[in-house]
Parts: sequence; C-alpha cells; structure tokens
Amino acid sequence: MSQARPAGRWGDRLFGALSFGCAALALLLMAGLFFEIASGSAQALSRFGLGFVSSSAWDPVRQDFGALSSIFGTLVSTFIALLFAVPLSLVIALFLVELAPPFISRPVGLAIELLAAIPSIIYGMWGLFVFAPWLSEHLQPFLQELFGEECFLVAGPPIGIGMLPAGIILAFMVLPYTSSVMRDVFQMVPPVVKEAAHGMGSTTWEATRRVTMRYGIQGLVGAIFLGLGRAVGETMAVTFVIGNEHRLSGSLFAPGNTIASTLANEFNEASEPMYRSSLFALGLTLLVMTLLIQVATHLWLRRIQRKMGAGL
Amino acid sequence: MKKKNPHLRKALDLAVKGLSSLGSGIGIAVLFWILFEVVRRGAAAFNPAFFTELPAPPGVEGGGLANAMLGTLMITGLAALFGVPAGMLGGVYLSEYGRGKRFGDVVRFVMSAMMGVPSILVGLFAYGLLVVTSGHFSGWAAVFALAMIMIPIVSRTTEEMLLLVPNALREAALAVGSPRWKVTLSVLFRAARGGLVTGVLLAVARVTGETAPLLFTALNSPYWPDKLSEPTANLTVTIFNYAMSPYENWQRAAWGGSLLIVASVLALTLGARILSREKKT
Repeated sequence: MSQARPAGRWGDRLFGALSFGCAALALLLMAGLFFEIASGSAQALSRFGLGFVSSSAWDPVRQDFGALSSIFGTLVSTFIALLFAVPLSLVIALFLVELAPPFISRPVGLAIELLAAIPSIIYGMWGLFVFAPWLSEHLQPFLQELFGEECFLVAGPPIGIGMLPAGIILAFMVLPYTSSVMRDVFQMVPPVVKEAAHGMGSTTWEATRRVTMRYGIQGLVGAIFLGLGRAVGETMAVTFVIGNEHRLSGSLFAPGNTIASTLANEFNEASEPMYRSSLFALGLTLLVMTLLIQVATHLWLRRIQRKMGAGL
Repeated sequence: MKKKNPHLRKALDLAVKGLSSLGSGIGIAVLFWILFEVVRRGAAAFNPAFFTELPAPPGVEGGGLANAMLGTLMITGLAALFGVPAGMLGGVYLSEYGRGKRFGDVVRFVMSAMMGVPSILVGLFAYGLLVVTSGHFSGWAAVFALAMIMIPIVSRTTEEMLLLVPNALREAALAVGSPRWKVTLSVLFRAARGGLVTGVLLAVARVTGETAPLLFTALNSPYWPDKLSEPTANLTVTIFNYAMSPYENWQRAAWGGSLLIVASVLALTLGARILSREKKT
C-alpha cells in the first residue's frame, strides 16, 4: 500500500485509528466498570472486610450489612431455574431435531426463540399479575398436599411470591438460550453415527441417550453454563416476584431476594453512604460471579472447539 | 448387554417422544400466555389520551404516558446514535485489522464478557461515573448505559457479517487502488448490508425493553422530557413504578406501556429475522 495516493493514505490512517479506538473503547469501558463498582464498594468492604459475603445482617438503621441472604437467593433461584430449564430444553431440542418435520419444527423453534425477545420487565408484569395468582390457586396448594403442610420446603402461605415463582420464571427466560445451544449440539452429531444406532435396532430415545447425548455431552454442559450466566444477573422479572425480603429460608414459598433484585429495589432509597457502598459491594459480588462463569464458559467452549472443530 | 423386553423399550421411546412434544408445548404455551395477557390487558388501557397526555395522579382517571414514550424514543435513539457506529467500528477492527493479533483476541474476549455483564451493573457503572459526578440523575447517563450495552452486540454481528464476505472481494477492490477505508465502507459494508442491519435491529430491540440500567440513571419523571440533563421519563421505569403502586389506574397504565414495549420489541426482532432470511435465500 505504500504507493497509494496521499488522500487514501491519510484516510486509511484515520480509519484504522478510529476502528482501533473503538475496539480499545470496549477495554476502557470494561475496566471503568470494574473500577467504578470496586471503588464504590471500598467503604463497605473496608468496614466489613471479607465477612461481608458471609454475614446475613441487613440493617439500614444500625448500618450493618452483609451479602449472605442475597447471595443465597441468587444461588437458589438460579438452581431452581436450571432444574426446570435444563430438562425442558433438552426435550425441546430433541423434539425439534429428531421428531418434528420441518414444517412443524421451524415455527416451534421460532416461538421458543421469541421467548428470548420478551423483555425482563414483561416477564415481571406477567409473573406478578398473572402467574403468581395462578400458582397460589393451583400449583402451591397441590404441592403442600403432596409434601404435607409441615414440610419445610413448602412452609408458609401460598401467595405465589417467593423463590419458587422466581425460579420458574427465570427458567422460561433462560430456556431459549439453553435449548438453542442444545439444538445446535444435536444437529452437529454426524448422521452416520445416529443411523448406525438405528441400524442396530435402537429406538429414537435409545439412539439419543446412548449416542447423540454422549457424543455431544460437552456441548450440553456448555449450554448449562450459558443458562447459568443468564440467570444469575436477571433483575426485573425476579424483582417483581421474589418478594424482596432479606432472609434465609429453606421454603420454596418464602419471599427472598437476589443480588440484582436488592440493587433494583433499594438503591434509590439508600441515602446513607455506608448503605449505598454496601449495595455497590453487592454489585461487585455479582460482577465477580458473572465474570467467573464467563471465563469458565469460555475455557470450556474453547476446549470443545479444539476437540470437535469449529461450528459451535 | 442385558436383553430387554421390546415392548418396554418401545413404550419408553413413546413416553419420551410424548414428553418432548409436551415440553415444546409448554414453551409455546408460555409464550402465547404472556402475549395474550399483555395484549388483552394492555389494549384496555389504550385511548387517545394515553398517547398524547401527561400521566394522571393516582386515582384520577384519564391521562397518558406520552412523555414516557417520547423519553424512551429519545434515550434509545441517542444510545443507538452513539452505540451503533462505535460497535460497528469495533467490529471492523476485529475482522479487518485484528485477525490473529493478540490485541484482537483480548478485545474479542472482553466484548463477550461485556455482553454477559448483567445490565443492572452497567446502570451502577453509569450511576457512579455520571450521576455522582454531575450531582443529579439524567437521561444522558441512561443514554451512556444503553450505548454500552449495544456496543458488544453490534460489534459481534459486524465482525461475523464482515467475515462472511469473500476475501476475493477485498482483494479485487484493493487491487484497483481503492484505499482500505473505502473498501470497507463501500464494498464490504454493501456486501454485508442485510446482516449489519439485522444486527442493529436486534441491538435496538434488546435495549428498548431494558429497565435495570435506567433505574439509577434516567430515573423517571412526570414531565415532558425537554432536557436530558435531568431525570427523564421513560416507559420501562414507569411500568415498574406503576406496577408496584397500589393504584388501579396506574396498574392499568403499566399494562398499556407493556403492550407498547412488547409490540416494538417483537416488531424489531421479527423484522430482523425476515431481513436475515431474505439475505440467505
């Protein structure tokens, strides 16, 4: 390019510098995000130290804060979400790839993908005004009868608000992501392998369980990681239905909170510096959690790509 | 291997097939249940005043969310104005300049990490960076937060779409003496136009429904959004506040706002899909 006309050379330099600048901007923004949230947490972390994550206190009056109940709620609601979403997306992927003819699987696949397009706040509205009343009328009394009223899992009034509703709604929100990766994994399995299984007399389910799933097990695990990363940081839908109480309870019906819901719910009320800094520290905890999940996902997927070639 | 009863095996197979049809049915049912309720309850809130007037106080009939609609349009539009070019240029760097370079790999990794950061943390960042330093909540802080969410999405699709353009096209354009910027903007961008527009539409769809990053930045306001340097009315935070209020007319307005949001997001998403399908065939 050394013989290019001067105008082209200057244009090229400018364009190259601009696009480099925008790429560098991403690094700058991420570094800024980390720095800003960390420096906001400094006051709380210097007072409570690492004990912040293991303390279940949350008392704005006495200025005593700990993250345990929010972390607990985040983990429990995410766990419930995956408990529903993983098997459900597995059977949906199976349906789309192995069972349905194209004229059915295309619209069904589109409908499932559209679940991802619906914004979090709409899930929240539906969850609070439609799904919660339905749960408290139908599912929760049934569960209480099933387990017995005294069982700790279903203790408390069945009001449709709490860990279980939050987990179920999260499940529908991560479902499109996990099922679409699982579908890709199923489609990547070479037809020859499946045909060999069928040739030996396997039924569809046997071929799926013994051949397809075993072949794509790492991809399936990758899908679960992806769902995990999605569920951990979901904010609005959870804030609507989880009840927003700082407490540790083993009951699926009890109101609780997550890191994200606590932030959404309390940040604008927090006027004291220590209160606000503690909320920043909660944010920092969430940031570290999601980054760890991201790195794990990244390394895992790279391992698969090396093993199975590109395409995932 | 132990020999199993063939009837049992067939029954199990049938059961799993039934389960997987049922599972897909549940997924579809949830989608239509949500859409049905949003349309039914949202349409009940629609009337001319809803689209032209300022919000009514609790318990007072009438009024609308016109200010919030305008505010959402302004915030989303400005965020796209900043986020789309920045994201596209970042994607150009990744596909045209950063191939095989260590810096390119770092940027690619950071962009994907950025996409996974919960949006409420982006709001927290914008709060610390812009709201604290300027001393008040502002629409500009919301614009910043939404633009930051758009950048990695646009950048990823731009990179993917540019990589699909055959190398021969680049070489041909360079061989006739066009400078690289011109090759990228008028040859590669034109070849990848459909995909690029799809990416932009999806990014706009994604931020249109965002609520969490606006909570600590734009906040909300009952007035017209005439200055973005103040708390700015917007649809999603209005939905949140109204839904959490005990007033019946506010909750109804929240459903009206929800229908507007769902309709715009679905229109953008489906538009993007139709565009990308036309591109393929």
